[in-house]
Amino acid sequence: MTGSQTVAAQGLARRARWRVPEIVFWVVAFAALLLPPGKHLLLNEVAILALFALSLDLILGYAGIISLGHAAFFGTGAYAAGLLCKLVTPDPLAGLFVAIAAAALLGLLTSFLVLRGSDLTRLMVTLGVALVLHEAANALPQWTGGADGLQGMVVGPLLGRFEFDLYGRTAYAYSLATLFVLFLLARRIVNAPFGLSLMAIRRNTLRASALGVPVNRRLVAVYTLAAAYAGAAGALLAQTTAYVSLEVLEFQRSADVLLALIIGGAGWLYGGLAGAIVFKILQDTLSSNAPQFWMFWMGLFLVVLALVGRERLSGGMRGLLARVIRR
Amino acid sequence: MATILFDGVAYGMLLFVLACGLAVTLGLMNFVNLAHGAFAMAGGYVTVILMDHWGVPFIACLPLAFAAAAALGFVLERTLYQHMYGRDHLDQVLFSIGLVFMAVAITDYLLGSSQRNIRLPDWLQGRREILGVNVGIYRSFLIVLCGALAVGLQAGLVRTRFGSRLRAAVDDARVARGLGIPVATVFAATFAMGSGLAGLGGALGVELLGLDPYFPLKFMIYFLIVVTVGGTSGIIGPFVASLLLGIADVAGKYYLSSALGGFVIYVVLIVVLLLRPNGLFARAR
Repeated sequence: MTGSQTVAAQGLARRARWRVPEIVFWVVAFAALLLPPGKHLLLNEVAILALFALSLDLILGYAGIISLGHAAFFGTGAYAAGLLCKLVTPDPLAGLFVAIAAAALLGLLTSFLVLRGSDLTRLMVTLGVALVLHEAANALPQWTGGADGLQGMVVGPLLGRFEFDLYGRTAYAYSLATLFVLFLLARRIVNAPFGLSLMAIRRNTLRASALGVPVNRRLVAVYTLAAAYAGAAGALLAQTTAYVSLEVLEFQRSADVLLALIIGGAGWLYGGLAGAIVFKILQDTLSSNAPQFWMFWMGLFLVVLALVGRERLSGGMRGLLARVIRR
Repeated sequence: MATILFDGVAYGMLLFVLACGLAVTLGLMNFVNLAHGAFAMAGGYVTVILMDHWGVPFIACLPLAFAAAAALGFVLERTLYQHMYGRDHLDQVLFSIGLVFMAVAITDYLLGSSQRNIRLPDWLQGRREILGVNVGIYRSFLIVLCGALAVGLQAGLVRTRFGSRLRAAVDDARVARGLGIPVATVFAATFAMGSGLAGLGGALGVELLGLDPYFPLKFMIYFLIVVTVGGTSGIIGPFVASLLLGIADVAGKYYLSSALGGFVIYVVLIVVLLLRPNGLFARAR
């Protein structure tokens, strides 16, 4: 190994080192399983949204692809898991894998659409793909249940032992474990040279390709990966609620996940997780009396955030965290 | 067949009036404004309220809808939008989605979530046989009015002093400013004009498109399609795209089932963007 390679490898290893707050975060997340029943349903939703936001972070935060239709993959995963459960096998893990495969396949196919054109074209194509799927799900009621949703899912026990109960403890454990495993994988990927090359593409595509980064192949790979993650999140929602409705494909869902990610800050993996926690808590408190209020506050938040500048918020949060870490 | 073509053209013309403001802000000024539909909704509600509560005749409502939406657009441009020019696309997306959500929530809160309708005056209702084609009178009215607007706008953009100032400001704001063109004023006036036209389109569209608080979200994709498919070279591209979209949508919903017909426009969108990522009439740069 030459000198410069050693330095680069050391740099990567330093980036990838586990820090104390990270460990604390995950210990707390798993410790929440021991809470008395009552909050686990909400925690389950948080974990699912966190996984979904993590997926968006991979393409938005690292590769710089703005997507307004990420729900396409979430919904694909949800319907794949739901249909498999209804028609083939009630085993949740099988459903999870099939959902991941289905969403990844769709991601691979549609990734070639987002390679071309400007930000605007990408916005349109991602939005268009999600809308096509929404229309498709609506037009095929014999498969998807149409506007009534996919009903009659009976999800089998997890690993053949743990039944999904009414309080959502199993559901939370299942979602959290899935989130954790996929997070570890994502963390490994973004700290590898692959992740660095994605960031190079986001900063300056032309320069990245001049440095020998195969831009298109990297974008296809990360888009497919993110789609697989979103599919997993959709499968978790379908299985833990035993229900899939057209809402999984709606624009609102793509906007929600974008907002959650932006709250936490894109481009450092924990942004999606932190944002999901804040988002769900806000939603839970604000929308309890009227859904319109929630929409209003969410809109106001977005406008203010955009006017003040995202960088200041996420930069502030990151700076705070960096200070904590250094101590 | 001819009737469907006719209805499609009328629908496309309406879409053009709704979207042409966006063609300028998004297409020419490169500002991703997803909230354009909110101005159309404002125009629509102004019409509904004026007609229902004050009994204002439909024709008189149209300029009022234009004026209200234009005023709203002007105020928002001066207070909020002008800070967002030249920012990251992601920031613009977040900002304008936020505006849409607020518009939806406020409208829902103030006016209720139900679908609103208007009663057209008698002389605009009904159908008539013209040159062997059975056409709706209101749709003919739309075609004439929107066609005149399209011609006027194109002439305004190409032939007037204001148009050339706008084109200069869009091409290079710094140089335009250096030449003494009041860029901020030009942008504000343009934005107000585009919002006003959206409001007018909203008023005209209550009959065809319906009106409820979710209007800006439901039709956002249509406006965006018009601009992306039409390209960013001016307003002829969006005009052609509107007609194409209108005809494809009406024909798709007629010949295929109404469920499958919904696909047609998205398929058109994706195919066009695949073949020509910058739209049908891309500007050579």
